[in-house]
Amino acid sequence: MTKKHADAIVVGAGWAGSILAKELTEAGLSVIMLERGSERATAVEGAYPESIDELRGAIRKRLFQNLSQTTVTVRNTIDQTALPYRQLAAFLPGEGVGGAGLHWSGVHFRVSPEDLRLRSSVVERYGEKFIPEGMNLQDYGVTYAELEPFFDKAEKVFGTSGEAYKVNGKIVGNGNIFDGDRSDNFPLPVMKDTFTASTFRAAATEAGYHPYSLPAANASRQYTNPYGCQMGPCNFCGYCSGYDCYLYSKASPNVNVLPALRQDPRFTLISDAHVLRVDLDDTRAKATGVAYLETKTQKEISLSADLVILSAFQFHNVHLMLLSGIGKPYDPVSNTGTTGRNFVYQTITSSRIWLPSSKYTNQFIGAGGVGVAIDDFNSMNFDHGPLGFVGGSPVWVNQAGVKPIAAAIGTGGGGTPRWGSAYKGALIDTYKHSIGVDAHGSNMAYRDVYLDLDPTWKDAYGQPLLRMTFTWKDNDIRMNQYVVSKIEPIARAMGATKANLVHLNAGQPFDTRHYQTTHLGGGAIMGTDPKTSALNRYLQSWDVSNVFVIGSNAFPQGMGYNPTGMVAALAYWAAYHIRTTYLKSPGPLVQA
Amino acid sequence: MPPKEPTLTRPLRRSFVKGLLGSTSFWMVSGHSHWAEALAQEAQKPYQPTFFTPEEYRFVEAATERLFPQDQHGPGARGLGVAEFIDRQMESPYGHGDNWYMSAPFVQGPANLGYQLPFVPRDLYQKGIAGLEAYTRQQHGKSFADLRAPAQEQILTALEGGSVSLGDIPGRVFFEQLRTNTMEGAFADPLYGGNKGLGGWLMLGFPGARADFMDWVNQDGEAYPFGPISISGETA
Repeated sequence: MTKKHADAIVVGAGWAGSILAKELTEAGLSVIMLERGSERATAVEGAYPESIDELRGAIRKRLFQNLSQTTVTVRNTIDQTALPYRQLAAFLPGEGVGGAGLHWSGVHFRVSPEDLRLRSSVVERYGEKFIPEGMNLQDYGVTYAELEPFFDKAEKVFGTSGEAYKVNGKIVGNGNIFDGDRSDNFPLPVMKDTFTASTFRAAATEAGYHPYSLPAANASRQYTNPYGCQMGPCNFCGYCSGYDCYLYSKASPNVNVLPALRQDPRFTLISDAHVLRVDLDDTRAKATGVAYLETKTQKEISLSADLVILSAFQFHNVHLMLLSGIGKPYDPVSNTGTTGRNFVYQTITSSRIWLPSSKYTNQFIGAGGVGVAIDDFNSMNFDHGPLGFVGGSPVWVNQAGVKPIAAAIGTGGGGTPRWGSAYKGALIDTYKHSIGVDAHGSNMAYRDVYLDLDPTWKDAYGQPLLRMTFTWKDNDIRMNQYVVSKIEPIARAMGATKANLVHLNAGQPFDTRHYQTTHLGGGAIMGTDPKTSALNRYLQSWDVSNVFVIGSNAFPQGMGYNPTGMVAALAYWAAYHIRTTYLKSPGPLVQA
Repeated sequence: MPPKEPTLTRPLRRSFVKGLLGSTSFWMVSGHSHWAEALAQEAQKPYQPTFFTPEEYRFVEAATERLFPQDQHGPGARGLGVAEFIDRQMESPYGHGDNWYMSAPFVQGPANLGYQLPFVPRDLYQKGIAGLEAYTRQQHGKSFADLRAPAQEQILTALEGGSVSLGDIPGRVFFEQLRTNTMEGAFADPLYGGNKGLGGWLMLGFPGARADFMDWVNQDGEAYPFGPISISGETA
């Protein structure tokens, strides 16, 4: 049997995979990219008006993972039986070329510098004892200053719109005062505030907070990125999250990277290719290639490669590592092993504020990345000492375009009618006159929250499903409650007629039935110690040095910010070190 | 009242026409008046369900109208064609649970770990309606559709509250299925048979497929001035 060979195989055609494939072909490598789902061309299936169909899009989940083939099982605690996640609800991984990068909203953050060294920062300020028992609080092993050039590069590739605070140490604008220093401004000027965003901005200022515009990978103007890929100006159509942008205004791998890659003869993209495992040699310390299933023919195919990049969705990367035997599976009882360790999520709660009926909030107008936020209670930006919890949460109005079916399904509950005439009245009033305000917060890692293989359920290819053991913990619930309470003065300053502030409740278990966020993280984290991290600071496997694992799986904690900007920066960071160091002398970039 | 004549504001495209085959909607191009006549005639005739039996369909019409009633706010499920929408959805991949993980074993657990029944939406409707009809006959001696509104409301309240079991399926599961599909039918693009005359969107002030708000990003709380338009170009 002759095996097809490539210098590098990239698993997954989302942001991380597209960035790595671009960087590696630029370095002269032949690259085969494998994507489990189908081809997705914005010019065809993203075209107006067919694409802006709420039922087919966000409701029937046109761009999301098809669970009939593979899913995960979920349980809250170690003593429970995990059950399959049979219907998409709590989180929505993508499938097909572009991955979750095609259906994302476009909020394009960097990182709060202190979040990269959260353990060190907490210990410095409050002492070791401040960290609750059972919390696996860790540093990333990389600093903001080291990542800054890669954040800058990602913004230029994504065509990100925003307003900076500080560039090269100089205050240049009305941006986020808590931001790290920047080497350059955003490539595009800030997007306009919707009415709800400007209302929030004024009220947050009056309440004494420091509002700023969300950085948005929605183009405020026509833009050509460094790869020669073009974007058109966003018109606030409101179809970002869950859709492919018909105007080419929202950054996606399909629009911002792949058009350049596809022209490179060293690059091959194979879709409908479900990777079953990474093949290792007898030493188990070197990958020889991957095996994948051609899903249309059900034929198993092997490819050989010198370098394997895992860049599928966060938990698919961890699943593949477990199936392939990369690293030692995490054991929560002994707190040893690293594959599956520090599985994290985010704490998201959505509150609602009603304005007088003379004010129309036109919630269908919007863009996925656009809005106004405050960071006064995020990261290490406030004193946790008397509060006794770790972490924080931005608070924002992010009017991404509220569609009628989602609004109708979501209205009611909590003692208010969910059907009937009174419900209809409330739905209309809420749709026309209210504002959504989110607390989009961190989630810490815990010893008994992790990923492993399920003992019972299998996917369509006969492999064990991934099992999630996850629930909300007291630290994060109290953080969420504290930050949500800070919305009240904003609501007052807005002249609200009514406010419904929503927070997590003590002891509340994670519920898989309602959408929360797709911002899953960890499970194969980066760090400086092979005992507590699966990857070194360059996202290289400690155990199999020709495997790099790129994605939010590398985050030791769930942060308050949306993860895509951080994932893109880590992708460029890893690629830089592969190009400048690894390729010259393949082997571990850090000695264990 | 027959629905207003749809008007075509953009050229038909191949992919677009293809998506319509097998449905009861038509588009008209000016000069093809026989299409308009055909549609007008079609609109007079009540929809003939293909998935539901006539009895089941009567239940769906009655129950969805109770969940989303005609009132001072605007049309109800019946006027919006919600039952037709649900019937058509049952024949779509969704009705067959195409993207649900349906591998055994099916083990019941805490509600917060999600749906764990071996039934796809088509099964849920057939079993749910049979179970609820049996319950209604036992309690009231007649079919759900023949009850007066307060009695229907009482049954739906019990179903939502979880105090009714429908044989193989918990009443609450069937209630949520029915509620979700009702709201979908009231507010989806009319392409799928519901939201007739764009009545759902008119009620909410949702402008449908306009999808260009460059001039209305921030008008200091003024209502958006234009009415809805559907994907096919129908206006209200």
